[in-house]
Amino acid sequence: MHSGEITIDNITKIEGTAGLKVTIENDRVKDLKFIIKDYRRFYTEAVKGKPYIAASSFLSRICGTCSVAHLFASLEAIEKSQGIVISEQTKLLRRLAYNGLMIRDHALHLYFFVLPDVLGVDSIIDIPDNHDDIGHILLHDSFDIKKIGTAITEVIIGAAIHAPLPTVGGFLKLPDPSQFPDLISRLENIRSQVIRGIKTFFDYKESLIRNSDYLCLRNGKSYDFIEGDIINSTGKRVAEDKFHDFLKSVVIPYSEAEGYVFSDEHEDYLVGSLARVNFNKDLLNSRTRKDIQEYLTVFPSNNVHHNNLAQAIEILQCVDDAIDILKTLKIIEEKPVRKPPQAGVGVGVVEAPRGILYHMAKVNAKGMIEDYDVIVPTAQNQISIEDDLKKYFNENLSKDENTLRLEAEKIIRAYDPCMSCATNFLKIEWIRK
Amino acid sequence: MEQRKSEPRKSAADKKLVIGWFSFTCSEDSTILLTELLNDHLDEWKKVVEFRYLKALKTKNSLDGLDVAFIEGAISSETQANEVKKIRNNAKYVVAIGACACTGMPSASRNAFVGEQINEKIKWYMSHFDYSAKVKKLEEIIKVDDKVDGCPMNVPAFLEILNKYLKIFKIA
Repeated sequence: MHSGEITIDNITKIEGTAGLKVTIENDRVKDLKFIIKDYRRFYTEAVKGKPYIAASSFLSRICGTCSVAHLFASLEAIEKSQGIVISEQTKLLRRLAYNGLMIRDHALHLYFFVLPDVLGVDSIIDIPDNHDDIGHILLHDSFDIKKIGTAITEVIIGAAIHAPLPTVGGFLKLPDPSQFPDLISRLENIRSQVIRGIKTFFDYKESLIRNSDYLCLRNGKSYDFIEGDIINSTGKRVAEDKFHDFLKSVVIPYSEAEGYVFSDEHEDYLVGSLARVNFNKDLLNSRTRKDIQEYLTVFPSNNVHHNNLAQAIEILQCVDDAIDILKTLKIIEEKPVRKPPQAGVGVGVVEAPRGILYHMAKVNAKGMIEDYDVIVPTAQNQISIEDDLKKYFNENLSKDENTLRLEAEKIIRAYDPCMSCATNFLKIEWIRK
Repeated sequence: MEQRKSEPRKSAADKKLVIGWFSFTCSEDSTILLTELLNDHLDEWKKVVEFRYLKALKTKNSLDGLDVAFIEGAISSETQANEVKKIRNNAKYVVAIGACACTGMPSASRNAFVGEQINEKIKWYMSHFDYSAKVKKLEEIIKVDDKVDGCPMNVPAFLEILNKYLKIFKIA
């Protein structure tokens, strides 16, 4: 293809929708725009003037699939603004619940969105009802995996979506272990199915290699989604509350979400499971590492499609970490830590399923939200998505249009973009001149 | 004598409920909940339901001939309003799914903004993209036949509505 235009509406099997417009001229991509076009809900403005105690639950409504990530980042930001130090038990229970989020969220992306590409079918709906078919087996694995992730969040924080029990300083109601006596055995039983999924995504040989920077949390003690400093591939280490200072916001005029640049040494950066496994694979649970050694050899990787494999590995990490926590979990009755309201600013940074999520809360002396900011992973990844697509198109313009469309969708899908957080409409419009 | 081939006729027993699932301005929490329900119901629903439009799970989607359209989210723009009108014209019944579709909130929070809350950044977005002055609930735009409230949607209520339409269309 030398020059011209093509339009594809509605890239599917992602959370929400977005747009892509490609202009080809003389066998080169002249212009490529990944268009985030969600109708903003302006929640960071709407939360102003609300009492801080009500803010986190409201802000969890930013996203359906990763609402727990927004909830915990917001609680952390508000607690820090108030000088509230949560108990070790609260930290442990949040970590356990977060494992449930990661298991369900990653399984949704990998099996419901990516697996059809692996199998060469359009949708999970098209997978044959044949019990011997590998697609059927993997799909039913996913049902079991998702259900156990959901079960963890339900028993620990009250629900998988918009969980009602976590609050500033702790829990409104503590979980009752007598309500989940079989969780450990269920987690043990799911391990072989999770490992079958890891092998599947290891064998999925898509490749797009580029030299991006990577950012993720690391605390040096464990594979942690909630606590740590932000690190990158050139050795920078930034405390959570300084993260925003290192980001340069990039206005993208055709997109409803801002992009971000972190380092002058790379033209873009990527957040998500690939960054986490690249930097933190030494911190994976020892049982996880032992059972999937051969699959870990590909990391560190610059192949964006390995984000899928990294997510599959993180499911096992979360299963094993949840087992370890549950084996020693003893719930002590305690009330949420509370203090009289004070004026202050707090920052909460967590690893959402698809990457670094930043919440900043500024609270006044009456305990009301005065200012609020959120930076979501998909907004951070959009420049990297564009650069990946430019590379792909420039190297593959001799291929037919259907192949180009499908492969472009696979690249976007590999990032597991969450359009509820950042966008709502995707169409590829290819302009030939 | 020449044998004439005939198309196999679909019996009433082969009829499936043709549904579409659509998302507008919201967190898509009810879509996520739908994917959760598929853990237990996909095998059963595939026998009685045709998912003709379900962008979250399918590439090949169509608006044509929908028995029931399930619509999640509030309506933020004229473009979205035109889309739901088109869906309404293609569906025998429309069900509003979740709080944003049923009530507008919390996606309609900006309707209450006053004075300084409408800052330069918000003005920039409002002027660069096709936002309506107000975010609307679904029935302010089109006729809605049923509602499943909740944030995310109430699951027993959704299952009850689905079964209601399976009975209306004499399926299962």
